[in-house]
Amino acid sequence: MSFQNDKYAVSDEFSAETSGESSRVRFRPNIRFLLAGAWFGVLLVKAEVISWFRIQEMFRLDSFHMYGVIGAAVAVGAVSVWLIRRFNGKTISGEAIRLESRRFDKGKIYGGLIFGIGWAITGACPGPIYAQIGYGYYSGIVTLAAAVAGAWVYGYYRSRLPH
Amino acid sequence: MDLLDVVKGPWPWYVAGPLIGLSVPLLLWLGNKPFGISSSLRHICAAGFPSGIPYFSYNWKKEIWNLFFVSGVLLGGWIAAVFLSDPDQLKLAAPTREALSALGIRDFSGLLPGDLFSLEYVFSLKGLIFFIFGGFLVGFGTRYAGGCTSGHSIFGLSNLQWPSLVATLSFMAGGFLCTHLILPALLRWVM
Repeated sequence: MSFQNDKYAVSDEFSAETSGESSRVRFRPNIRFLLAGAWFGVLLVKAEVISWFRIQEMFRLDSFHMYGVIGAAVAVGAVSVWLIRRFNGKTISGEAIRLESRRFDKGKIYGGLIFGIGWAITGACPGPIYAQIGYGYYSGIVTLAAAVAGAWVYGYYRSRLPH
Repeated sequence: MDLLDVVKGPWPWYVAGPLIGLSVPLLLWLGNKPFGISSSLRHICAAGFPSGIPYFSYNWKKEIWNLFFVSGVLLGGWIAAVFLSDPDQLKLAAPTREALSALGIRDFSGLLPGDLFSLEYVFSLKGLIFFIFGGFLVGFGTRYAGGCTSGHSIFGLSNLQWPSLVATLSFMAGGFLCTHLILPALLRWVM
């Protein structure tokens, strides 16, 4: 069992360490992430990424909009990451920026296909679910609860699933 | 034309897309955080229902920034609804509109079709399929894949990670498959 858990530790980026100040939840140092999230949420709404209709258009190849949004986001993200690497970017507190690489496992394919099916049904990836709730589409609360349940069931069966 | 009117309208891809892409360097700059949303689902499980499962046995408090971030996304949705809501109806491509009409969708007035995503359907077959089954697949699939559209398709691709490209192609394949083969059957069943 422990061997399997080691094997599947590929994307286990989180440590079990519980000591020190990190075991306390502090509000003030995290406000900046709340604000960054709020800005991202506004973007998701104004780009209409939270719309079930826009996702349908994308998968029916009837509009360029979603491809443009994701493509332009990747282009800007890639240039940013390249600049960070090129000029040894630092964080706001002067720490060197770390960019971790992703390891491949077959979950990328199986999980990806499963998520894709759910994406077309709900018209929402995880980010838009949160934004939908804030926007007033309260069905998103049920969708979010179901997504948390899905994550839990994945965690429960993880060692028995092909990776 | 007032500036606020322009801001309230839908933002074109060449404005919204680059701004969304800037989330990647923003989170790195704010504290070395990898842009990603679906890990929040894992943190919620770890915080609320770890149940001794190894996948949820880690110090989620160290990852609390991510729960602040997704709470912010929810807040952002509210801000956009209250202050920046578009007075006009979403302009949907005509072929999609025709295809969805043929499948029984009647309400094109909002961002989501009211004939599927109204809360009154929670305890009906529609709710079971479109909220619960669909949401379950989103949570299960994104955690199985180790990320979603933000973590893999935007951050992973920006960082030139080929496993993220495989994940993104799989997301799209699943979505195309579902839209063209599964969804028509589901819609005919519930409508």
